[in-house]
Amino acid sequence: MMKRDQCFRALARHVSDEIVVATYSSAVDWLELGERALNYFSVGAMGLDSSHALGLALGRPDRRIICLQGDGSLLMNLGCLVTIAAAGPKNLVHFVVQNGTYEANGSHPIPNAGIEFAAMARAAGYAHVHEFSELANFEQQAGHVLKQDGPVFATLHVERSKPLTYDYANLYDPARRAALKAVLRGIQGRQAS
Amino acid sequence: MDADLLPQEDGEVELKGSSIIAAIKASGVEFILSVPDIVTSGGLLRPISRDPAFKLIRVCKEDECIGIASGLSYCDKRALTLIQHTGFLNSINAIRGVAVEYSQPICMMVGLLAHDPTTTPRNSPRYGVRIIEPILEAMGIPHHLINEEADCTKIRPAIEDAYATSHPLALLIGRRPSAS
Repeated sequence: MMKRDQCFRALARHVSDEIVVATYSSAVDWLELGERALNYFSVGAMGLDSSHALGLALGRPDRRIICLQGDGSLLMNLGCLVTIAAAGPKNLVHFVVQNGTYEANGSHPIPNAGIEFAAMARAAGYAHVHEFSELANFEQQAGHVLKQDGPVFATLHVERSKPLTYDYANLYDPARRAALKAVLRGIQGRQAS
Repeated sequence: MDADLLPQEDGEVELKGSSIIAAIKASGVEFILSVPDIVTSGGLLRPISRDPAFKLIRVCKEDECIGIASGLSYCDKRALTLIQHTGFLNSINAIRGVAVEYSQPICMMVGLLAHDPTTTPRNSPRYGVRIIEPILEAMGIPHHLINEEADCTKIRPAIEDAYATSHPLALLIGRRPSAS
């Protein structure tokens, strides 16, 4: 079983000018790796991270969008799998971090910790679907996953993390959103590398 | 005959779908995000689905529209969420968290399902319709009733203002627009 922060470190090695959408525990762990204007933290309405990501993907087809969604969050918005697959954005890579708990809300279990999100994404019609539970395998494949034509879906099977500190005032800071918008305007029309 | 093509409840007053669509286009809206609504289905959603000027994203549940529209707004792309009032009620937390607290230009066109267009929404015999305007006011969301042709002139300035000052907006469709 992997750890979320280990997975994100492996992922970060392949991230440059992608927009990363993250929420709650995933946002906290992703932010630990460093500030970047192209982070989009969608706290405030749990489950919508994947929908925010779809909007960004549709609005900026020249840029890749990475969504780091928790399993509890995806369960609150399962229909998004069908919506995303139907919209078919080639630039969207959708990770679900599966630890079987609502970690930000007291680590209570999700209704079915063994649910197969990858099977659901495949049935919904994602272009590519992956599932990882070994860190070495993920480290080897992460770059490939990020380059595939989407929509791409990948389940990261992770263990519960140590208790996190949720600094929502920081994650929610309007300055972050303003910075993202400014950067996107500044790079409007540039091709993603 | 499809349910959305049945005659309007009140044929005396006209509200043309084409007038609403023209106003939406004039507002610079590129994306329509929708779960079908019987009030707007025949007069708006069907013609929009055939209009190459729009990118129609069909979603599974209305609150998805709020997230998608927010993401699009960061890319300076304008979107209109086309739903019925039951979907609006189902999306209240998303609207609260994303549209209101993030101060995002989330523009919603909301069909008032089963509303009697000869009365005001606030006086509707339908509980679900009666509560819509008070909820919008409690949330501080500007709203306009689109009930007849003359009301279509409200659409463009309202959407322009929502994007200019970054706030959510609700346009309430009080009767079935005609498919012409």
